[in-house]
This record gives sequence, structure tokens and C-alpha cells, in this order.
Amino acid sequence: MDTGNETPSYSAMPSGELLRNYPCAEDFFTAMGLALPPAGESVDAYFGRMTPDTLEELGVERRELGERFDAFMALLVSLREKHTGPTIDSITIQGGVDKSGAAEGFVLTVAPGEVLAIVGPTGSGKSRFLADIEWMAQGDTPTRRRVLINGAVPDPSRRFSLEHKLVAQLSQNMNFVMDLSVEEFIAMHAESRLVNDVAGITRTVIAKANELAGEQFSPRTPVTALSGGQSRALMIADTSCLSTSPIVLIDEIENAGIDRKRAVRTLVDERKIVLMATHDPILALMGDRRLVFKNGGVRAVIATTPAERANMAAFEEMDARLTAVRNALRNGELIEHV
Amino acid sequence: MRLVTVAGPPSSGKTSVIIKAAEALVGEGITVGVVKFDCLSTGDQALYERRGIAAKTGLSGNLCPDHFFVSNIQECLHWGEQSGFDLLISESAGLCNRCAPHIKDVCAVCVIDNLSGVETPRKIGPMLKMADIVVVTKGDIVSQAEREVFAYRVRQVNPGAVIINVNGLTGQGGYELGRLLSAAEETVSLTGRLLRFTMPAALCSYCLGQRRIGSDYQMGNVRKMDFS
Repeated sequence: MDTGNETPSYSAMPSGELLRNYPCAEDFFTAMGLALPPAGESVDAYFGRMTPDTLEELGVERRELGERFDAFMALLVSLREKHTGPTIDSITIQGGVDKSGAAEGFVLTVAPGEVLAIVGPTGSGKSRFLADIEWMAQGDTPTRRRVLINGAVPDPSRRFSLEHKLVAQLSQNMNFVMDLSVEEFIAMHAESRLVNDVAGITRTVIAKANELAGEQFSPRTPVTALSGGQSRALMIADTSCLSTSPIVLIDEIENAGIDRKRAVRTLVDERKIVLMATHDPILALMGDRRLVFKNGGVRAVIATTPAERANMAAFEEMDARLTAVRNALRNGELIEHV
Repeated sequence: MRLVTVAGPPSSGKTSVIIKAAEALVGEGITVGVVKFDCLSTGDQALYERRGIAAKTGLSGNLCPDHFFVSNIQECLHWGEQSGFDLLISESAGLCNRCAPHIKDVCAVCVIDNLSGVETPRKIGPMLKMADIVVVTKGDIVSQAEREVFAYRVRQVNPGAVIINVNGLTGQGGYELGRLLSAAEETVSLTGRLLRFTMPAALCSYCLGQRRIGSDYQMGNVRKMDFS
């Protein structure tokens, strides 16, 4: 996976220097259940004097331990460089065939900051479409679609690269299985992204999430105690700030407890390509274009017309009225006059 | 024939993942057989057969399941060749989270699920750390952030592996996994091949049927905890 470029030999460096330059290297030892090597000793020397018993317990051979450490450092470095890496200016999807083998005959190019709605009944091929993008299909999936990045065939190694995942997915059912506070949770995510200012970015994510959520929560709220709307708000804020994936897929943002338009804007502001599976007219019309799915294929690509856009004002008015009623209900008021 | 060993903690979704990958391959005209290793009982053979995937079951009973696996895998390969499969998948649960023996130069897959928690990758031994492909399941149940943290933790303990998300229910990712499996190396014979790592040392008095507790009854490979 490594390209074999001139890289400094991390394992030959005195570990004190190594850990000063790459504090996250400590994670390697923690993850393997090892004590840190003494500051003056290189990682190579440290591995070299490990007893066969210790290696046996680790379940790794000595040579392999060194290889793993090198691979780990390569990962760290590539994560650190993610901001300076090649940027994505466009993603192009070339149509393939639907379930009956009929050609889709579309070529779609999307740029960061664009919103695309995805419509169609269950089983109409939406998931396969997203899987094709995620996998960077090159005519080698059942749909025969092709995905190009910046107009060219992407390097095949990108398919499995943790740092270059194309799609972040905010699914409908969003549970947290970790027993952590919001603050600890976001900090843990930021750490796995090797962010420099973990505390700062954690504050930003929580503040953004609170702007989107109908009801406020504190950094100390356990993630498992968040309402559906709050969880969604938190994940949208988290994805916009911490995910490196250029495409964000959202499955239907339900009405409850979240400012939907603002949520989409939060992602667009961070130059994400937003793909939204939705049947909500306001969200669908927010999109620049929408893909219509049928029988496993894209049946049409519709650009939102000016007339449709004009209708949006009417839908928003209806929505605002419903929201007012909802708030009244929440505040214990009678809803006799509408 | 290509051979792939699939291991993973119980209930991580191995069978579902294999079914989804195998179905995708069968759809492309590749013949797939599965050998399921289990301890006590399993209904998985029927699950496979219902989908037109030939399967054999091996129950280890009172033997260590991984020892049972390694004593039988050469014969499994033979069965697969006689049956004319293009791909043979062996499925075994890594019950102690340590070995589930992967074989050198034979494509090794480990299946773990997002629900098991972010500390889990650190707790699993060579079964995860030495796998070529790590399949992460149940991603639809957790948040995007948790998926990312989990994948990062897997990467920490196995920086070289290909990590792929597969949903055993919807099949998302199954097709892609199938592509990876069908690209595995051909395996002609296993005789003389090496396991990727030694299994836990065994053979104490309890291996030999002792049931009584206490130092007087313990012989062989016994190690005591340090309470000092």
C-alpha cells in the first residue's frame, strides 16, 4: 500500500523524539498493550529485546511487529496530511444499466457544495447507487456504472483507504452504543481523526449541533440520552467538521426536532456534496437536481425548475405553520385556531 | 481452487456476510462451497443450502474448535476440489478471541461488528491482527462517528488489512467483498503449510479430563495469577 517513497525511519529514531514529533504514535503501544519504549531507545531496539514470551502473548512475530509499526506510522502521516492532500473538485457518475439491462444513459457531474435529491420507491436501486459511489465502481458492479474523480479514473487503492472514503452516511436509525458524554464522544472522534485542537473542534461541533437541534443539550449530556433530533443534529455537525469524506449521504431528515434547511446548509458550507434520499418537497426542491430511481436504475435527472423553486415559498409557509402548531403543542397550548 | 478462511467472534455476522458475498459470486457463475466449523450445533448448513450454496458442517464437540479446524482443513480442501468449487470458504468462530487459525498465504478474513464496542479491536488477537481482510458489520445501527472511530481502532491493530463494511441484512458491501474473495490466491495443497501464529499453549490436567479444582490436581502447563 505504501508507495515506497523516501520516508524517515520512524523505528530507528529515539522514541522520545518520535513521540514528541508524532504524539499519536503512543496509540500503537496502547493498542498492543505495551509499555512505551524508554525515551533514549529506538522502537527497533525496543522490539529487538522483547522476550519470546511477550511476543507470544501479543500474538505477533518480532519482524511483523516492526512491519506493523511502520504501517501504523504511514497511516498516521497520511491522516495528518489529509488536509493538504489532493482535493476533490468533481465526482462524475456514468450511467450503466437497470435491472432489465436497459441503458441508463446519463452522465452526472457534481461539485462540492451541491445538493442532490434522490427519489424513488423502496427497492428502486438507491442503495446500489450509493454503494457504487462508495466502491468507486468501474463497470465492475451489477449496474456497470463508472465513477470518476476530478474527471479521471481514481487510483484503485483508494477503494479501501480509510482516509479517502468517499461517502459518510447519516442513516435513519442512529443509535449510540458508547456510554460517553457528548463531549467525550466528539473528542474521541476528533482524536481518531488526528485533529490538532481536539478541545476546540469539540466545542465547535457541539455549538453547531445546538444551533440545529430544537432542544439544547450540554457537553456533559450522555450521548445515549439524546433525542432523535439531537442525535441527528450532533451527527450532522460532527460530519461537517470532522469527516473527511467529500460526499455526505442523508437518509430522510425527519421533521422532528431539527432545523432541516439549516442542517443541509451546514454541510454545504463545509463544501460537502450532499446526497439526500427524501420525499419531503422542501428538501427535494432545495437540491439543485434530483435523481429519479426506478427498476434499479436512474430513470431521470431533473434540474429543479424556476417554477418549482417558486413553489417552495408556499411549502415553507405550510411548514412554518405546522412548526408553530407543533411548538404550541409542546408548550401545552390549545390548538383551536389555525 | 481458491480457499478463504473466515473467522470472527460469535454473532458478529460471519454467516450473513458469507451468504451475501457468495450470492453475488454465484450470480456471476462462480461456484462456492462453505465449510462451517462450530462447537455444539449449528443450523447454518441449512441456511447456506437454502440459497443453493453447498455446505458441510464440522462440530468440534469436546475438542478445542481451532485444533479441530486445523486437523481437518486439508480434508476440507480435498472435498472442495472433488466438488469442483471455484471458491471454498471455511467459517469458524474465534471463541477465545485469539486464534481462529489463519494460514500463511491463504486469504484470511476476520468479521467483527460495530456493536462490540471500540475497545474490542484491541482485545482480539491474531484472528484480527493477522487478517488480510477485516469485514466490519452492523454499521447501519451505529452513528457515522462511531463507524469511523471503530475503523480507526481496527486500523491501529492491523494497519495493513483491507477494511470493508458489509451489511449482512441488506447486503450492502457483499458484492464488493465477493470481488475481493474471488481474487484470492489459488490453494493446491495445505500439507506442510504454516499457521500464521501458534495456538494458545494447552495440555494441562484439565485437558486430560480432570474435573477437580485445586493445586494438587493441576499438572502440565499451568500458570498462576500474580496477586502480590
